[in-house]
Amino acid sequence: MSVFSTIFTQLMNGLQTGSVYALVALGYSMVYGIILLLNFAHGDIIMVGAYTAWLFMVNFGQSPWVAVIAAIAACTVLGVVIEKVAYTPLRKAPRLSLLITAIGISFLLENLAQLIFGAGARPVPTIIDVAPVTIGSVSISGTAIVTIIVSVVSMILLNLLIKKSKMGKAMRAVSEDTGAAQLMGISLNKTITFTFAVGSALAGIGSVLYCAAYPQASPTMGAMLGLKAFVAAVLGGIGSIPGAMIGGFAIGLAEAGASALGLSVWKDAVVFAILIVVLVVKPTGLLGRNLQEKV
Amino acid sequence: MLNIHDINVYYGPIHAIKGVSFDVNEGEIVSLIGANGAGKSTILKTISGLLRTKTGGIDFLGQSLNATAPHKIVHMGVAHIPEGRRIFQRMSVEENLQMGAFTQPNSSIAASLEHVYELFPRLKERRRQIAGTLSGGEQQMLAMSRGLMSKPKLMMLDEPSMGLAPILVQQVFNIIKTLHDAGTTILLVEQNAHMALSIADRAYVMETGKIILTGTGEELANSDEVRKAYLVG
Repeated sequence: MSVFSTIFTQLMNGLQTGSVYALVALGYSMVYGIILLLNFAHGDIIMVGAYTAWLFMVNFGQSPWVAVIAAIAACTVLGVVIEKVAYTPLRKAPRLSLLITAIGISFLLENLAQLIFGAGARPVPTIIDVAPVTIGSVSISGTAIVTIIVSVVSMILLNLLIKKSKMGKAMRAVSEDTGAAQLMGISLNKTITFTFAVGSALAGIGSVLYCAAYPQASPTMGAMLGLKAFVAAVLGGIGSIPGAMIGGFAIGLAEAGASALGLSVWKDAVVFAILIVVLVVKPTGLLGRNLQEKV
Repeated sequence: MLNIHDINVYYGPIHAIKGVSFDVNEGEIVSLIGANGAGKSTILKTISGLLRTKTGGIDFLGQSLNATAPHKIVHMGVAHIPEGRRIFQRMSVEENLQMGAFTQPNSSIAASLEHVYELFPRLKERRRQIAGTLSGGEQQMLAMSRGLMSKPKLMMLDEPSMGLAPILVQQVFNIIKTLHDAGTTILLVEQNAHMALSIADRAYVMETGKIILTGTGEELANSDEVRKAYLVG
């Protein structure tokens, strides 16, 4: 393979994993933007999505389409249920209690999955069956193309939702000033639930795309993916939606870059090194704003 | 229209409002004046449901607001223009106004916008501008217009003159009069006692969580106690 085709292949790999990170990072950023919670259970929602896809395809013998829809629906419902059961009662509690609860939910989900499905990985059948595309000497996998297109379309739709729809504007208002938003007649509960639903649905899409690339479901699969998406959200500026997208793609490309240089065993270290550098050099991230404490 | 009877509000262990009762009748301008920390803003926040009273109650048009969620209180026709304007800095002027109309049906928003732009041509010129880039006076205009977008029956204004140049203060009070003439009942909280009393039908003077004086705007403006405490200098 020529240098060019190596670069191109790694670029596509980077964009493919990057788009999954971006979808997951969006959920972190949206939730943080609205209730200042680092929802560490978010990564494990992906794991639940993966098991749902596996369950529907292998156990129920359904088509990939049905499995995809079931996985996204399961993630959405789970996200909302977690918010209602675990976070709503703590609305007025210190933020640290919320954070600890989120970590607790994360452990709960991982251990429940292990109890129900066992500790071993379950192979997920092919979800995306698209022939590779060959341009000159380079061949791009169909999965990569579908992954990138699906995530870009999801992000465009999300942007429209937030910019134009009434609920989207309510989300921006709540994230900017919760008290003033309530004085506009915006229901805090509804807006927060909506945010969790949208964030978790994106995680559901992410989980399906992730399983298309790495076709297995395991209890702890969401932990590392979630952490990397979290790094992506911090890199982009947590709370910023375009930031989460840019951060996701940047982390994906950084990993692919490390692999291209023959450092693939180091790629996790590269991601966390980025986190450290961001926290030291620009803690607000690329597009983040300085949080002004309200008096 | 608004009846407040014996409310006691706490911030944790701090007893901020101590047994306050007062009324606002339909069509009135009622002012609450008093020094910093007297509890004026706390009362407004309790009416709009952001804070809760331990005792007594708040009734609006015969319905209790004691346990009503803040967004439902807006639906009932109470607009609260908070202290420090609290406009959405990162949204455009027009988006801020749309948020003000959150409780209104979509079909009526265009007409409300037209109405507000007629009152404040300045906002129309700047409709696409990001609200955080407006001047202080324009931000106050926007905050008041945003409150107006919900078509309130009762409008509560918290320190609308704060931080504004004297000429703008006059303008803000003219706007309040205009809104009042158009049929909106006004509950005004102010440190600028002189202005607040000059437009009020009735007023209440607060000190450390209690109402210590009440009367018509004119009576209070001429009372020795008020003159000594708030109007001299």
